[in-house]
Amino acid sequence: MAWFKKPQYATIKGPKPLEIPPGLWTRCDGCHQLIYNKELAANLKVCPKCKYHFRLSAFEWLNLLLEEGTYKEYDARIKPADPLGFVDSKKYTDRLKEDQEKTKLLEAVVTGEGLIGPFRTCIGAMDFSFRGGSMGSVVGEKITRLIEKAIQKKNPLVIISTSGGARMQEGVLSLMQMAKTSAAIGRLNKASLPYISILTNPTTGGVAASFASLGDIIISEPQAVIGFAGARVIEQTIRQKLPLHFQKSEFLLQHGFIDMIVERRNIKETIIKILEIIS
Amino acid sequence: MNGDLDFEKPITEIEKRIKELRNFAKGKRIDFTKEIGELERKARQLKKEVFSSLTAWQRTQLARHLKRPTTLDYIGMLFEDFIELHGDRSFGDDRALIGGLAKLDGEGIVVIGHQKGKDTRENIARNFGMAHPEGYRKALRLMKFAQKFSKPVICFIDTPGAYPGLEAEERGQFEAIARNLRDMSQVYTPIIVIVIGEGGSGGALGIGIGDKILMMENAVYFVCTPEACSAILWRDSAKADVAAEASWITAPALFKLGIIDEIVPEPSGGAHRDPGLAAQELKKAVLKNLGLIKNINKDELLQMRYEKFRKMGVFTEEIETTESRKL
Ligand SMILES: [Zn+2]
Repeated sequence: MAWFKKPQYATIKGPKPLEIPPGLWTRCDGCHQLIYNKELAANLKVCPKCKYHFRLSAFEWLNLLLEEGTYKEYDARIKPADPLGFVDSKKYTDRLKEDQEKTKLLEAVVTGEGLIGPFRTCIGAMDFSFRGGSMGSVVGEKITRLIEKAIQKKNPLVIISTSGGARMQEGVLSLMQMAKTSAAIGRLNKASLPYISILTNPTTGGVAASFASLGDIIISEPQAVIGFAGARVIEQTIRQKLPLHFQKSEFLLQHGFIDMIVERRNIKETIIKILEIIS
Repeated sequence: MNGDLDFEKPITEIEKRIKELRNFAKGKRIDFTKEIGELERKARQLKKEVFSSLTAWQRTQLARHLKRPTTLDYIGMLFEDFIELHGDRSFGDDRALIGGLAKLDGEGIVVIGHQKGKDTRENIARNFGMAHPEGYRKALRLMKFAQKFSKPVICFIDTPGAYPGLEAEERGQFEAIARNLRDMSQVYTPIIVIVIGEGGSGGALGIGIGDKILMMENAVYFVCTPEACSAILWRDSAKADVAAEASWITAPALFKLGIIDEIVPEPSGGAHRDPGLAAQELKKAVLKNLGLIKNINKDELLQMRYEKFRKMGVFTEEIETTESRKL
């Protein structure tokens, strides 16, 4: 018996092109060549020359994966607080305000539901532009609620992760979000609902060491950095040069920690195929 | 004395003089009772001054004190018949994260904890209490063992963090920790967690999910070491004291935030000044907390554990309106 409903019909469309970035061209971080922005957008922000995957915003990901007009956002009004009254060279509240203005987001993750092909899915997408995708109380709470919604609605779960780690300005409260989200995944497992985790560049620290690596199936984009500790910290600790593909998705695939590396244009189709098989 | 912290030195100095005077007075006809009494009064006064107003950074130093009781010290003082169990049944045995069986007042328990060394040689053997993935996997194996035989689990946290190394990454440090977080939330046997020294980030949390979280008075628990926090957020590695204060890492601060359930008092000047007394207090706290949870049925225990972590986090939320953002 299927744990979630298999839809009656399927209308699968390919991914839509993305919004064109401002300006005429962008220099590729991978091959350092110039790419026309129109070409980049049409190619889902993947370098046509070297296949370097540029970062997508949370909403770009939702656009890429969900059928038009099917998205409904959850918990859109949760805002970060400043529980420690944290001030370093700047106030935490000021840093939050800056990123909220810059990204038009309230926090580093957007959650909701929508159709991926024929499948009604609970979906979350993180945004690296907001505090480096770091996980504080809001990210932990929204991800946990998303998982609980998937259980309640018997929907499959898809999360697109990108994160530099924990939100240091929220102290141990941010650490505890790892516990909270992972415990929720434990409940999702008990309910036999599928969780497909998509890792994008970079997914490290507390997010890597919690819900992001607990997918039933873990898919990564090519060349994404995935790991627990930062490469620089490791180099300083062990005082030796790290291997060429260290912590890249290719390295993780080789060591058995992800199921597959999938290029951006094929991710949606891959999710649909998987859900068709297991539903 | 070797390993003394700067703010401990005046106290150690007076204590040394008291000892000398006592030895000198032995077998002599001169009475030094008054002088010794005076010095002891001074020592008490000084201890009170220094230790009643410790900063977060001073507590961090106490938590890392080379003479501070370690997991094995507490195991020896709290339990009987300890039998160490080794290996994750997959790759190897991690000497930085140990575990085994023991008795607590005659009752069987499973004990797990990070193990630091007391000198350089020991610390190298113990990798400074920084575990590899096999350590976390061994810990999980022992917890499932405890579940199978309905024995409570006691976890001692004392680590600067999970080891940041090439092989640790190759063997999936992040996966090992994540799996423990998920599975510890489902292990249906009582779990008591005690932060005895340093609670270093994910490396601490990897054995830190439980029904009761206790913390020794001078222990610290952080998402990022004060040194690293200072280097990253202040771009200045010399601001560790400021970073420690700002990050709410001490037991009183974390109690206030609702992260821990109880602060276990330490002898004046820290657990290393009287390990026996520290162990006595800890045993009392463990027995009390175990008594509170050991008879709760499985489902309720797991529900309570889920809710315990579920409510951690601080944010604001406006009432949801019907409008939702369009893509
Ligand atoms: Zn390129």
